[in-house]
Amino acid sequence: MSRIRLQSATRRAGFVLAALVALSTGPLGASAQAQPPSGIVRPDTEPAKPTLELGSELFAANCSSCHGIAGKGITKARPGAGDVSGLGPSLRGVGAQAADFYLRTGLMPLDNPHHEPSNDRVLFSDKEIRSLVLYVASLGKGPGIPAPTPQRGNMSDGAQLFTSDCAGCHQEDARGGYVTGARVPPLQGYTNTEIAEAVRIGPYLMPRFTASQISNAQLDSIIKYVQSQNHPYNRGGWGIGNIGPIPEGLVTWLIAAPLLLISCLVVGRRLRR
Amino acid sequence: MSDAGDGSVGRPAGKDPLADPVRFIDERTAAAPLLRKTLGYLFPDHWSFLLGEVSLYAFIVLVATGTYLALFFDPSTAKTVYHGSYAPLDGQTMSAAYKSVVNISLTYKAGLLIRQTHHWAADVFVASIVMHLMRVFFTGAFRKPREPTWMVGLLLLFTAFLEGYLGYSLVDDLLSGMGLAIGYGVGLSIPVVGGSMMLGIFGAPFPGNHDFWSRMFIMHVFVLPAVLATLIGVHLALVMARHHTQFKESDRQTNSRIVGLPLFPAQTFRSLALMLFVVGILFLLGGLVQINPIWQWGPYEPWLGTNGAQPDWYLGWLIGALRLMPSFDVTVGHYTLIPNPFWGGVLFPLFVIGVLMAFPWVERWLTRDTAVHNLADRPRDRPFRTAFGLSFLTFVFLVFSFGAADRLYVLFGLSYAAQLTVFRIAVFVVPAIVFVITRRICRELQLAESLDEVHEQVAQLNVEAHEVQTETTNSG
Amino acid sequence: MNGPRRAAEFTVLALLALATLCAMGFIFVYAFFSPGGMPNALLGISLGLCLIFIASALLVVGKRLVPNDELEDDYPTEHPEKQAEVVEQLRTAGSLITRKRMLLGAGSIAGCALGAAALTPVLSLGPFWDTAALDRTPWKRGVRLVDETGHPLAAADILRETFYTAFPEGADPEDIGSPIVVLHLNAADLRMPPDRSGWTPRGIVAYSKICTHAGCAVALFRKPTFPTVEPQEALVCPCHYSTFDPFTGGTVTFGPAGRPLPQLPLQIDGAGHLRAAGNFSARVGPSWWNVREEPT
Repeated sequence: MSRIRLQSATRRAGFVLAALVALSTGPLGASAQAQPPSGIVRPDTEPAKPTLELGSELFAANCSSCHGIAGKGITKARPGAGDVSGLGPSLRGVGAQAADFYLRTGLMPLDNPHHEPSNDRVLFSDKEIRSLVLYVASLGKGPGIPAPTPQRGNMSDGAQLFTSDCAGCHQEDARGGYVTGARVPPLQGYTNTEIAEAVRIGPYLMPRFTASQISNAQLDSIIKYVQSQNHPYNRGGWGIGNIGPIPEGLVTWLIAAPLLLISCLVVGRRLRR
Repeated sequence: MSDAGDGSVGRPAGKDPLADPVRFIDERTAAAPLLRKTLGYLFPDHWSFLLGEVSLYAFIVLVATGTYLALFFDPSTAKTVYHGSYAPLDGQTMSAAYKSVVNISLTYKAGLLIRQTHHWAADVFVASIVMHLMRVFFTGAFRKPREPTWMVGLLLLFTAFLEGYLGYSLVDDLLSGMGLAIGYGVGLSIPVVGGSMMLGIFGAPFPGNHDFWSRMFIMHVFVLPAVLATLIGVHLALVMARHHTQFKESDRQTNSRIVGLPLFPAQTFRSLALMLFVVGILFLLGGLVQINPIWQWGPYEPWLGTNGAQPDWYLGWLIGALRLMPSFDVTVGHYTLIPNPFWGGVLFPLFVIGVLMAFPWVERWLTRDTAVHNLADRPRDRPFRTAFGLSFLTFVFLVFSFGAADRLYVLFGLSYAAQLTVFRIAVFVVPAIVFVITRRICRELQLAESLDEVHEQVAQLNVEAHEVQTETTNSG
Repeated sequence: MNGPRRAAEFTVLALLALATLCAMGFIFVYAFFSPGGMPNALLGISLGLCLIFIASALLVVGKRLVPNDELEDDYPTEHPEKQAEVVEQLRTAGSLITRKRMLLGAGSIAGCALGAAALTPVLSLGPFWDTAALDRTPWKRGVRLVDETGHPLAAADILRETFYTAFPEGADPEDIGSPIVVLHLNAADLRMPPDRSGWTPRGIVAYSKICTHAGCAVALFRKPTFPTVEPQEALVCPCHYSTFDPFTGGTVTFGPAGRPLPQLPLQIDGAGHLRAAGNFSARVGPSWWNVREEPT
């Protein structure tokens, strides 16, 4: 009888724990899927090379529900198709640069305009992306895709510029972070072009740094530094994430403490028992 | 050997390598009785009684590695330019202190190993004190006559916090510089006198004057290690004065009879082994797992900040508390009586140490128990104490956990604002639940044990009754 | 029993031999590699394993090669008779004195005075009483804004949708009152307190970069690409995420900071450069007793 009462007490503890876990992952979890709820709509046959027409078709089918007919933008919610009330900025004049960046990183398309864009999966093929870029660039004169040359950059300048302009959000080793209301992504795994585009565009909640604030030469240095953080100089051994004392504390308690406890158990255990 | 009666002993026929040194020492110091007593000092044998020793050995590693580092560290904030093999820093202006640590890490052969071992030893030092504290708490080893030992131990814990904080702040890197600014802000938040105190300690408003680094340095390499060493000495002396508690595992062990291994030879080899295990594990960590790669953080300037800046783990409870507080300063007229950081940065840690310090006396008062206790409790034997301890630990742990909420957001997408709301409630509700459940479990375990005893006694009576019955049937 | 004992002795010898090899390995690695190419892992492994092997050898000695019997002894107890003797000794010591209280009082006063004298040099550590130092900043009317390299900031160069860090010309940039963050906002969206009209020429605003919570740099700037759904511009501190609204004079919208970010009034001089039009709206830095008084 005592064992049954013990089981019920621990079972109650289990319920509380499960409830806490469910609470934390359910309504609190920020879900951002970068795809329209109905999936990508594409024509049955596509041309072999990127074309403006293909871009126009893809745009109309996948983007205009938020960005409006011919990319003129939708700023007032109206009953749209399906259950998504589309809202999106105008794309006139954003140029090839913005279209290339958002599509290649998977930040666009976005399932819900109120969600935070995240670079989940790239849903368009390279040809489709080029077509869409042609189309968006045609909507109005805007910046072209940049061609950075980070090999000409200076690592030390890059580190200093990154620290003063970027690390506040992206963390000193570009491991990402938090700004009130949004997640700031880590910067590992981006191409030089994507980094340059992001700096010049200021996507989502990021500031926009034009060439008068960060020159092309400075941008080369920043890109050089950011790319070096794909393989930080972890001379001390296992880098444990390069984000500082949190993983260090985890190592202390999950690796060092068990090893020390084992040492105590081995030393303190009696020979004859 | 002949004895002339005046204390001198004639030269023996052959030399005895054991007897001669002992005789030499006793003739010069009259210490043979003390040696006899010390060598025979008894250590009750349980693995959980070794946790305090682990802290001691971590401290020894800290002093040894720290001395080596101090031979290379330059405690100066004078500006200098780094020119070296690490490209991101090449040509950057930085303090001489930061540059000396970059050089220790990147240009001296064993500099990085010793620096990392030193830092791991600091993290482990505090962690082992916490584990030791928990063992002492949950076995009731803080009761009379060991209340002063407990209080000295708490002073050791909090001095260790300060010592570690000063140690990693000396490096003047971006992360620890931000932490130093926060320390300044917390100090300023002490009502009325905070401003004066911080001006006195820093020598000027933040970032302080050219003396401030010398002060941190001397505190970290001399004053606080001396304080720690003295407190450790007092702590060990107190332990030895009344001897160590023991679990009651045999009938020989009572509140007045101690059973254990003698210091020499049994415990000596065990303790030496444990010491070298601890030192070995720390050097393995120092070689294999990177800690505080300050060359990646860059030098500190007051106008720079990085996301994800954190203090070392043992101050994580303070960053959690600072982040949990709602936004308000308490003002009286146009005077600011209680700036916001005071609650999380000063009152919260004072509350925790206050509760811990007072606990032996409060328990004494609540249980009306003024007897001497040399026997260690099992946690289940004191449901209220165990439940209170786990519940208090849960409270501190939840505050501590919130300090990492932003990284949880980055990793798992858990909304920071939502975590904030949940944690503000959970830090009060969950400890209460833990208290109730823990007390219940303890009582259930005790009940199960006494029922097992009753069953045994019943079974024994049945056996005896059966024997009596067989006897009477046989004889009848 | 000689069998297990000999096996234990052999184990100890083997472990000590391994430890010796590891120690020699450490010396070899240290000598062989150059400082820049030193494999930290090998150093740590060789030294760490050496210590662990010796530790294991000592453990085998302790558990198998020396007597392991548990002994008994009495716990030390209190000694009421000796306590009485001590008390008696203390009493006798004072038995000759007739004016105990007066002497003790005088002794305490002298002792406190000596203690106070010994502590007095502490006052030289810093300007304890001159808390006015906490309010002084290098900014005053007419001081020009410069960037980290010392170049003056032209108003025309301050673009929207980004942020700039600036310092007072000719001052120490490490002074906690020096660094400011400059933004160019849409003037029509500004909702400043009424006494700050004229502080924001063309919508350019400036705030102290030092967070009013605990003193970290307010290093984050959040700007919406699509204001219809995205949160508005904000200055955020990375330490505890205090968030300040630059449109309303730096008011706190999230996080623990207890007071707004001090704002610096700006003016544009004849050459088009930005200059301070006065001191900050409030005292700079983390809160303390006098922080809410007018800035000096």
